[in-house]
Amino acid sequence: MLFKKTKSLEKQFNRFLNITNDAGLILLEGIKSYMKDDKVNFNYHLEKLIKLEGDADSIRKEIVTELYAKTLIPESRGDIFDLLENLDDVTNQAKETLIEFSIEIPIIPKQYSDDYIKLTEFGVNAINQVVKASRKFIQDPANVEHNINKVYFWEKEADRQAEKLKRKVFRDKSIEQLSRKIHLRYFALHIDLVADRAEDVADKLSIYAIKRSI
Amino acid sequence: MILFFLSSGLFLGWSLGGNDAANVFGTAVGTKMIKFKTAAIVASIFVILGAVISGAGASHTLGKLGAVNALGGAFMVAFSAAFVVFWMTKLHLPVSTSQAVVGAIVGWNFFSHTQTDYNSLIKIVSTWVFSPILAAVFSGLLYLLLKYILRKWKLSIFRLDSYTRIALVVIGAFGAYSLGANNIANVMGVFVPVSPFPDISFGNWFHISSVQQLFFLGAIAISIGIFTYSFKVMKTVGSGVVKLTPQSALVVVLAESLVLFLFASSSLRDFLLSHNLPAIPLVPVSSSQLVIGAVLGIGIIQGGKNIQFKTLGKIASGWVITPVISAIITFIALFFLQNTFNIEVYKNLSQSREVANEVVAGKDFSHTSTSSVQALLDKLSARSREVAKVFFVKNQLDSQSRLFFSERNAILFSRINKKINYDDFISHGITDDNIASYHKIDNNKYERNNNAKYFCYLNISNNNFKLNNELETKNGESQAERRGVKCNEKI
Repeated sequence: MLFKKTKSLEKQFNRFLNITNDAGLILLEGIKSYMKDDKVNFNYHLEKLIKLEGDADSIRKEIVTELYAKTLIPESRGDIFDLLENLDDVTNQAKETLIEFSIEIPIIPKQYSDDYIKLTEFGVNAINQVVKASRKFIQDPANVEHNINKVYFWEKEADRQAEKLKRKVFRDKSIEQLSRKIHLRYFALHIDLVADRAEDVADKLSIYAIKRSI
Repeated sequence: MILFFLSSGLFLGWSLGGNDAANVFGTAVGTKMIKFKTAAIVASIFVILGAVISGAGASHTLGKLGAVNALGGAFMVAFSAAFVVFWMTKLHLPVSTSQAVVGAIVGWNFFSHTQTDYNSLIKIVSTWVFSPILAAVFSGLLYLLLKYILRKWKLSIFRLDSYTRIALVVIGAFGAYSLGANNIANVMGVFVPVSPFPDISFGNWFHISSVQQLFFLGAIAISIGIFTYSFKVMKTVGSGVVKLTPQSALVVVLAESLVLFLFASSSLRDFLLSHNLPAIPLVPVSSSQLVIGAVLGIGIIQGGKNIQFKTLGKIASGWVITPVISAIITFIALFFLQNTFNIEVYKNLSQSREVANEVVAGKDFSHTSTSSVQALLDKLSARSREVAKVFFVKNQLDSQSRLFFSERNAILFSRINKKINYDDFISHGITDDNIASYHKIDNNKYERNNNAKYFCYLNISNNNFKLNNELETKNGESQAERRGVKCNEKI
């Protein structure tokens, strides 16, 4: 009975992590579609991301209910609850970013497409590493630090890329209107937030890992 | 009336159950890893099993320290110990039931002019000092082992949680068993020499000794203590001063249980003896101090930054303060009980010596000297002397045969010479009546032999007893007095 619950929880947690990972990849594909002005694919990825975010929410609730209703892992369930919520924020941020693109439809000059894609890739790398770190935290907390460092690395890379992009935009004489420059900056900032959310999870994970060492 | 006299022991048992069960299941319940109901049921069952099956060893050591030989005295000894525990707990002073009981027994010894067996006292006190250190060593090693295993196995947090829960129940059960085996001596040990219950036998296969019945009653009191009072204590332990992860708690409980078991298990001691390893004294120890020792062990492994020397000082002071206070209170209480209520609190042990002298003087013990018998009696502890007395009286009334030294005394005597394992006899349910039918087959083993008419160290034949060569030599007796019969040599 106890092991059945354990197995189901492990399964659910893995599903949740897979969703978070997928969210990053779909975000990247969505951004690429947007840059190519491929509306059909963009909408497809947007819808997929919205659905995934919904799934992640319900899995998170199921896990938390199970943990609290059956008083499982009483000493760390608060941490697991926070971890799931923070990971959900990452998925949410990915979804919000694509939604913002669909609402505001920013006009991205062709010469900036690669910069935005690169920025998204860095963010996705950070997500990928934070998912790996979360898996490690569950399975092997003593070795979580390695992946956490990688999250920090990609977050810094994303920051650097965003800064580079913003500088480029504001120095670009071909873009005359300040409002357009601000709009482009806003979207760089938005994509960069994905990496920031991953960094938030990494921060918490390093503390949880210390707490989990016996 | 008997139950009234036992009530102080039962109260002590209740208080032990209320407080010390938390040392086994406290963290598990406090951190919500195990439901209180589960913990209480498991703890109660295993405390009873431990007390009834393995409780004799530690209580025998207490008996050697001083055999409280009157029910009134036993009542007051247990009552005084319980009072000291209650009072010191109320004053937030560190207290251990074991230490209070030992102090109370010494107090009774003083009151009844019984010589305290200082060897036993030293053995007990040194065990108090040694046991938390041993718990620290055990927990340190177990901690490292568990850490290694967890690194190797890479269990998920959910799986680890399930395994930890199961381990907490299993190790908790072992802890409760060890607690019952070790600490029942504190609760009922003083009543052993005056146990009012007769032995119960159903055929040859089922036998419950008087002492086991006494221990069962004490263990029931412990169980009631667990159910009625320990929840509050467990909650405090779980959220208390020392915050442990469930895995560290597991290590602490296992280390504590192992030490309790080491100091309670007769079979383990015999095993060590038979392999020429040093014997572990069977002494009731403080489970609370073991927990502190075990937590400290983990603290040292983790770098030793959080060691509170104040706590260590408190433990050390408890080794002295508690027994002394307990001894004084018992002395006063015995005086009060004897002189106010005119209740017998001790039987005059010197009578037994008088009887012995009388018997020795009245019989023809041409093969030995009175002085050697007297020397032997002097060596026997108070409890043994009491046993001897009973034998003398009984045998005088019965017949002349087996008159003086029963084989039991021979065993006691041999035991002093560290040749025979006394508990072997007791654990096999050998009573005073059938002890003659056991004979020694090697250093530590005895075999039932219904035709045996002699005993390795002491032979009884035609109203005479003969010491064997080795024993005589050890006692420094002269060659002229010696009428030895060698071991395994049939008369």
